[in-house]
Amino acid sequence: MKKSEIRKAYPENSSDPLYSITLKVNNQEITREVSPRRLLADFLRHELGLTGTHVGCEHGVCGCCTVIIDGSPARSCLTFAVQVDGADIRTVESLQNEDGSLHPLQEAFKKCHALQCGFCTPGFLMSIVSQLEQTKGDIDLSDDGIRVMLSGNLCRCTGYQNIVSAVRQAAEQITRNK
Amino acid sequence: MSTRIFGERVQRNNDERLLTGGGRYVDDIPLSGALHVAFVRSPFARAQIISIDTSIAKEHPGVIKVYTYKDIGNLDVEMPLLIPHPALHSPKTQRPLAHDDVFYVGQTVVMVVAIDRYVAEDAARLVDVEYSDPFNCSIEIEEAVLDDAPLVHPDVPNNVAAHCIQVSGNPDKAFQEAEHYTKLKVRVDRSTAAPMECRAVAARFDAVSGELTVWDGTQAPISVRGGIASIFNLDEDKVRVIAPDVGGGFGQKVLLFYPDELLVPFAAMDLDRPVKYIEDRTENFLGSTQERTQIHDVELAATKDGVVLGLKDNFLHDTGAFIPYGIAVAQVASTGILGPYRIPNSRVEYKAIYTPIVPVTPYRGCGRPHACFAIERAMDQLADELGLDRFEVRRRNLISEDEFPYERPNLLFADGLAVIYDSGQYAKALDMIIEKINLDEFNTQQKAAAQEGKYLGLGLSFYVEATGIGPYEGGHIKVHPITGKVYVNTGLTTQGQGHETVFAQIVADQLGVSPEDVILVEGDTGAFDWGVATYASRAAVVSGNAIHLAAQKARKIVLDAAGNMLEASVDDLELGGGEVRVRGSDVSVSLAAVATACNPLRYAFNEAAQAATQFAPAARSDEPALGDGRAPGVETTAYYAPPHATWAYGVHAAIVEVDPGLCSIDIKRYICVHDCGNMINPTIVEGQVMGGVAQGMGGAFYERVEFDSEGNPRNANFMDFLVPYATEVSQIELHHIETPSPLNPLGVKGVGEAGTIPVAPVIASAIEDALKPFGIKRLHHVPLSPNSIYEALQESGGDFNSKL
Ligand code: FES
Ligand code: FES
Repeated sequence: MKKSEIRKAYPENSSDPLYSITLKVNNQEITREVSPRRLLADFLRHELGLTGTHVGCEHGVCGCCTVIIDGSPARSCLTFAVQVDGADIRTVESLQNEDGSLHPLQEAFKKCHALQCGFCTPGFLMSIVSQLEQTKGDIDLSDDGIRVMLSGNLCRCTGYQNIVSAVRQAAEQITRNK
Repeated sequence: MSTRIFGERVQRNNDERLLTGGGRYVDDIPLSGALHVAFVRSPFARAQIISIDTSIAKEHPGVIKVYTYKDIGNLDVEMPLLIPHPALHSPKTQRPLAHDDVFYVGQTVVMVVAIDRYVAEDAARLVDVEYSDPFNCSIEIEEAVLDDAPLVHPDVPNNVAAHCIQVSGNPDKAFQEAEHYTKLKVRVDRSTAAPMECRAVAARFDAVSGELTVWDGTQAPISVRGGIASIFNLDEDKVRVIAPDVGGGFGQKVLLFYPDELLVPFAAMDLDRPVKYIEDRTENFLGSTQERTQIHDVELAATKDGVVLGLKDNFLHDTGAFIPYGIAVAQVASTGILGPYRIPNSRVEYKAIYTPIVPVTPYRGCGRPHACFAIERAMDQLADELGLDRFEVRRRNLISEDEFPYERPNLLFADGLAVIYDSGQYAKALDMIIEKINLDEFNTQQKAAAQEGKYLGLGLSFYVEATGIGPYEGGHIKVHPITGKVYVNTGLTTQGQGHETVFAQIVADQLGVSPEDVILVEGDTGAFDWGVATYASRAAVVSGNAIHLAAQKARKIVLDAAGNMLEASVDDLELGGGEVRVRGSDVSVSLAAVATACNPLRYAFNEAAQAATQFAPAARSDEPALGDGRAPGVETTAYYAPPHATWAYGVHAAIVEVDPGLCSIDIKRYICVHDCGNMINPTIVEGQVMGGVAQGMGGAFYERVEFDSEGNPRNANFMDFLVPYATEVSQIELHHIETPSPLNPLGVKGVGEAGTIPVAPVIASAIEDALKPFGIKRLHHVPLSPNSIYEALQESGGDFNSKL
């Protein structure tokens, strides 16, 4: 920009129409105006500041963007924000306990070196947490069984083996505590 | 009192942040008022741009500015050739935005800046670019090199960018004297690193201070800073480049410059607003560099006993439409082809060929997987032809322990230095893998499986990896006076390899603190700006040793000062638990107090500071507050420049079940024996190897970037380009050998790329072994796939159907 140039007035928002949605995110009730084409992933990340949810492909394959919607794991890159009006959403930021201690699955990931760059990690955590919550004690903790549980998420760093161990460790711990 | 932390399985010290959503990747950096970039990309491989009409796009609500090559001033130039080489006679690099011609599908033509990415993408569709009819082109390197092939660059005949010949020993003589010749042609196809975080750049210009800050998911922030400063003609100190958390790199992020790395800072300065470009997955396939296609014609000259006297390799290397990273990949392949084998005579010749598709730069392995596939397939074939065991043929050729350092005369590695293998125990590795496989048990299983109509095969492959190349890296250490925590900096950066933990371990040993109290800040030119980048499995070797040397210097300062403070002889002192103690007593002083006392103060702002005021005893009181040549505090810097690469190696084996009906494979066991010198942290080493092997499994059987004959990518997404999920990757059994490198004080070698290198030949060798009953032809083309198994079975002609 030249010194003499006057700074232009940039519009703050696009001309997309806006719709009001009310939902619960990590146990807090919020109401926001959103464009109907706003992806849930972008809404969480850029409007709510919950940047722990990552976007790795935007077409539903990698699982990085997994959040829990009304108790089930879901791809936030394939969901519009307007679709979750009235829903209850949990993101990775909600996993830690109130006292700051880690969720058993987070703890197990740490112990087992189940993450390297950490980009895929929140997606794995949310997917597995929700599967562990939904199971009625019929969970298959063999290597193959756990690998099937993981098969909605891609990781390019770890080779999965340590994630398999972490899931087993956490699942055993959670069952023990039940 | 202090036990060595080097070598311990210390848990990573920044996982908690990443596990709780506290990662800070480029797109997470809050930049209020940031504008967003989308690109208009070329839909043709080769064509001429006739006109560009941006008028409608510019008027679109929410669009701030639309840039063509005419609007970017001095940036409309060819971007730098990073690594020139005498053999690279016709280097071509691209412009940030296409000017006149386009050279590959996906090349950036127009940049749109808008208030959000949605609007930017809308407007990109409204830009009207008129192209000529697309030109003829050759995607296949074997065709592209022919005399009548269409040219990617009109002034580069035969599309040959570089031509190189390397000869060691006397290959002609070796070929005359040999008793047996093994000939084969192998091919490796295109692949891509596919880091889970795509590339991303954000920039902010502060007109008051004149400072440009760039957040870049790069492996080379210092080099990016140097480049930006020089291209924009800014003072280096006014440019700060930060690689924050980076979601995997695997080589793709070491290239500078991608067009966006220059255009985003340019727009931020031009528009006086922060600007962001977050690449999406499709763009990562279209615009971020790839690697792998090479075709090798290999010939071995051997004795009847399987001793290889000489090797000839003639290969073509696909470099894509441009060659910004020079011929590093081909050069690494050309020296890696001899593997762990003695082979004293060799002649390797290659040509790097332009094709009108995405340019090639290193991807994890960087030429080594190709070379490894060629030599290891050749060794299997040699064994079969001579009726020898595959393990035994290798044993007869392995460089033995007493031959190190083993030099290959006249060969130059990609760093321009001699090829000298520094250390290794290759025969021991071979023995170890044979023992771990349990050959007798396997033979029994294979026979039993055959009875049930199941086909089990055993495959193996050695690999070597020249790691830890120069030029140099630095380490900077500062003990914080109030907390006693140790701050460490180095210039390169991590994409998840665990630097913050292994470097902390190195420092912890010298300063007697716990690794959690060592805080690493890297990848930020504002913190430390000497160094190069993360590539060639070099961080632990080059930065690790620099940090080690800096920590030793810091230790000396601490001991001297503590000796004065405790009025004890340095020889009687020991460090541990965050303090310095007189051995066998309870007289001690904390590291924080030492650091404070080493900074002579006038004002006693806290308790520790009292000890550092005028008459405090960190220095002998009859001297000036700072002795001759002394700096305040406990702060040191050191650099490490390796004499040449240090060579890691290993051997992998797999037992694979092949279903000849479905042409699918099931990896029953995957076993690695590897040696990366002294291990700083075995857990992290294992993570690197397991991740590498998984990537190798993808490369061996699933991942192939496909183009049609006109250069259109056919699978530029994760639905069609198959990165393996957990269900496609097997458990991996890992076994370590530790042969220290004599080249550096820590005795370490790199491990980042190791796992990936030998997987394809292991799998090929195993499938071949499993399908031997069908007499299938040799598998010389990776990635393998159900289709390639099917074709091999069909071509074998044998009684294929009756055996199903
Ligand atoms: S970003 Fe949603 S699945 Fe990849
Ligand atoms: S830890 Fe990097 S992608 Fe999984």
